[in-house]
Amino acid sequence: MAEPANASPLVRIDRVSKHFGEGETRVDALREVSLDVYPRQVVALLGPSGSGKTTLLNIVGCILDASSGTMDLDGETVLRDGRWQRGDLRRLRLEKIGFIFQFHNLLPFLDATDNVAVVLKLAGVDMSAARKRAAELLDYLEVGHRRTAMPAKLSGGEAQRVAIARALANRPRIILADEPTAALDSKRARIVMDLLRKLAIEQEAAIIAVTHDEKIFDRFDHIFQLRDGRLDEPSAAADDPAEVPSG
Amino acid sequence: MNLAYRDIRHKLGRFLLTCVGLGLLLGVVLAMIGIYRGLVVDALTIARAPGIDIWIVEANTRGPFAEASRVPGDTREAVARIAGVAAAGSITYQTVEAPYRGEKLRLYVIGYEPTRPGGPPEIAAGRSIARNHYEMIADRSAGVSLGDRIQLGRNTFTVVGLTQHQVNSGGDPAVYITLPDAQKLQFDLAPPAARVQTARGAGAAARDTVNAVVARLQPNASAEAVAETVRRWKHLSAITQGEQETILSRSLVDRARRQIGLFTSLLLIVSAVIIALIIYTMTMDKLKQIATLKLIGAPDRTIVGMIVQQALALGFIGFALGATLIVNIKDWFPRRVVLEPDNVLVLGLIVFAVCLAASGLGVRAALKVDPATALGG
Repeated sequence: MAEPANASPLVRIDRVSKHFGEGETRVDALREVSLDVYPRQVVALLGPSGSGKTTLLNIVGCILDASSGTMDLDGETVLRDGRWQRGDLRRLRLEKIGFIFQFHNLLPFLDATDNVAVVLKLAGVDMSAARKRAAELLDYLEVGHRRTAMPAKLSGGEAQRVAIARALANRPRIILADEPTAALDSKRARIVMDLLRKLAIEQEAAIIAVTHDEKIFDRFDHIFQLRDGRLDEPSAAADDPAEVPSG
Repeated sequence: MNLAYRDIRHKLGRFLLTCVGLGLLLGVVLAMIGIYRGLVVDALTIARAPGIDIWIVEANTRGPFAEASRVPGDTREAVARIAGVAAAGSITYQTVEAPYRGEKLRLYVIGYEPTRPGGPPEIAAGRSIARNHYEMIADRSAGVSLGDRIQLGRNTFTVVGLTQHQVNSGGDPAVYITLPDAQKLQFDLAPPAARVQTARGAGAAARDTVNAVVARLQPNASAEAVAETVRRWKHLSAITQGEQETILSRSLVDRARRQIGLFTSLLLIVSAVIIALIIYTMTMDKLKQIATLKLIGAPDRTIVGMIVQQALALGFIGFALGATLIVNIKDWFPRRVVLEPDNVLVLGLIVFAVCLAASGLGVRAALKVDPATALGG
């Protein structure tokens, strides 16, 4: 892919492979995949079922190890030759990675505010400060009026916005989204993607999304196609891709 | 932010219903413990009632409760003369079924000498026996009232006093009558049988027989020394109060005690399994949420804490409901249910331990959850 000038990638994946099983049952989910994602970029991972999208997302999310290869997140080498370089991957996820799920995955027993605040609380922020930040994020995402609503009372779009607020709570620089618009109609899907693009720019974050949703392809800076565990050359998708930082 | 509390509050109705179910189960466990204790207490009540130190019974028997015992009525005078004996009294025991308000009333009749040891420990209502014949002190559990007239054998007795919690090991309420009335009730032949005996030339059977003689000792007297003196009479045995209580608790009610004890243990095991299953099911319902929590960076201790706290809350609330229920209805049981604070405390600790152990199954399931399962549909 074209590398923006004067910028370091937030996610650098270098010849990462992953296989499951051995011998006749061996399945190569990823074959020497290399990928750089820069701040302010929103990229999509496409591919048919079994092409390795979710495997790659899990490796970037530090919830699945690789068989080989190296990965740097926010300038820190976290995976080298298929081995984790940090013991506390939970902390790494908490501090540097935000997750957005296909079905929002909000905790049903917490209201919108506390669903966001829980991430801050886990990071050690005291509860009143966590709730304040959560309220700010919900206002920013235009669901502030629903801050006391339980997830079951939120519409699909509102729930996904709360989930985005939760993903952003700790100001992560890397946001991983798994089919973020799959549960939304076209209009809401575009609104959510516009929101993610806005966040990527304003918060200097990199967003990697797995999606099959063709109606939002134009919202990505680059689309990476995975086939049989291999990454094709990226294609620029957005008419007006995000500006890259000047340094 | 307490996740366990928030999750409980979210599904409060379901959680409380589960607590009520568990509370009923733990209430049954508590009731069984109370019945078990009540059985032992009931067995000891009658033996403790006279407040005496030595039981003199028929030789080679462990009477008068575990085995039948008959000793001559004049034994009391001989015992009273033994050094160290402060007072002695003759006593008889028998179970009768008396007609009362159209039904049969099963009573444990105790014959005693009103001025000597062997009578009821205290009168809860009414007065002691003041006449030589046909007066009765009955236990409240018989359901009789002061002034009621109850037929025993061929005579009718008036209830002049009431006692509390005086029942035998079978749970039959005790009634106290004078020794002569009791001897007449126990040993007199029915008129036709007496006429047959007279016709065949047999004299009237000796009636001055009692089941035991009880003795209260002087403050510094040795029960063992007095017992040894009694045992020198070959036709008598002496049992100290401690030995009598051991016979009652280890021998007379032993099978019933072990049966209830075993059943209580089984109930505790069933409770443990049910608590474990409830906690496990509650955890399985939350696997996706647990995976999400793990993915967003929640440490294992947060997740373990949530499960353990819910398990303990379930156990505590269930136990409190069960204990409240049993404490309030225990007096409605046909037999005595004795719940001492230490019984409740011990069961509480057992429930606490069971909840901790039971939550292990849920914790294990939660810790095995792969955070990756939060991704995807």
